[in-house]
Amino acid sequence: MSRPVQFNNHVKFEGIPEGYMGEGFMATNLEKVVSLARKNSIWPLPFATSCCGIEFMATAASHYDIARFGAERMSFSPRQCDLIFVMGTISKKMGPVLRQVYLQMAEPRWVMAVGACASSGGIFDSYSVLQGIDQVIPVDVYVPGCPPRPEAYLDGFMKIQELVNAEGLRRRYSDQYKDMLASYGIQ
Amino acid sequence: MALTNETIQQKLTEKFGEQLTDWQTPYGMLTFTAPAALNLKVLQYLYDDAELRFQFLTDLQAVHYPDNKGAELAVVYHLHNLVDNIRLRFKVFADISKPDVYSATALYQSANFMERETYDFFGVNFVGHPNLIRILNVDEMDYFPMRKEFPVEDQTRIDKDDEMFGRG
Repeated sequence: MSRPVQFNNHVKFEGIPEGYMGEGFMATNLEKVVSLARKNSIWPLPFATSCCGIEFMATAASHYDIARFGAERMSFSPRQCDLIFVMGTISKKMGPVLRQVYLQMAEPRWVMAVGACASSGGIFDSYSVLQGIDQVIPVDVYVPGCPPRPEAYLDGFMKIQELVNAEGLRRRYSDQYKDMLASYGIQ
Repeated sequence: MALTNETIQQKLTEKFGEQLTDWQTPYGMLTFTAPAALNLKVLQYLYDDAELRFQFLTDLQAVHYPDNKGAELAVVYHLHNLVDNIRLRFKVFADISKPDVYSATALYQSANFMERETYDFFGVNFVGHPNLIRILNVDEMDYFPMRKEFPVEDQTRIDKDDEMFGRG
């Protein structure tokens, strides 16, 4: 005899994209379906360097749970991840390493700069700290904070999801994207 | 008889005489200065002597005194006697135009990285070090950041408001 579910019963479902439904088939826009799939299964690479990494651990734990949003499998292999979370102070010596990790990521890839240090050098306005990772790699979303609260992490992640949803299938082959990468010195 | 600061001072002056100067005991830690050429001999004596036994190098750092002309860079060694639990500090001064100090790597393995760090930040040239290259800073850096004439701030920022930094 099973007891009815008492908690967690207001589960939000992702909407089906509009399309033509028929007997056993549905015709819709490929972009919509692919975007839906991509945005709800973003597998991140946690590039955690300092304190923001600890807040990330809190976000990934059960209370704030980033897995609810699809970031279930954290991979430390750049080839297998979609999003790189750069969390923490990146020193000038670490800059080329971060760039190498970014270059190894497979398209489509997104970058989220978490915390003040990754966004702009933070309080460490010094000869050894890279004043913002956007000096070496292109960044999609910046999450300010020192460190940002887990809610802020989730907010940034949701903004990445919006970007993923709105991105077309051909964006990575466009000239504009190639020019943007060229401005960072990436072929 | 327990090893005390006075005993250490007495033994060192017996061996080296007037070359060791500036004996002080801030916060109970015996401190003295030696000429740059003698640093290895003093370290070796403190290591080998059966009573002194200072066989642990706790720290090796430098201090830049821009006003001390002729002796701007002070290399400071912190030694520890693990058996009797006594600490010792000794300083060696070097001229900034020719900051050569003999390397303690042959005696203490831990001096290897510490001397690289001191070279990286102050420019002290450790003679006899197996691999004296930059350790914490970027390899292409051409200046020594911890010297007093170099600013802490990153010089590439163009968006800083001088008014807020007291320079406007």
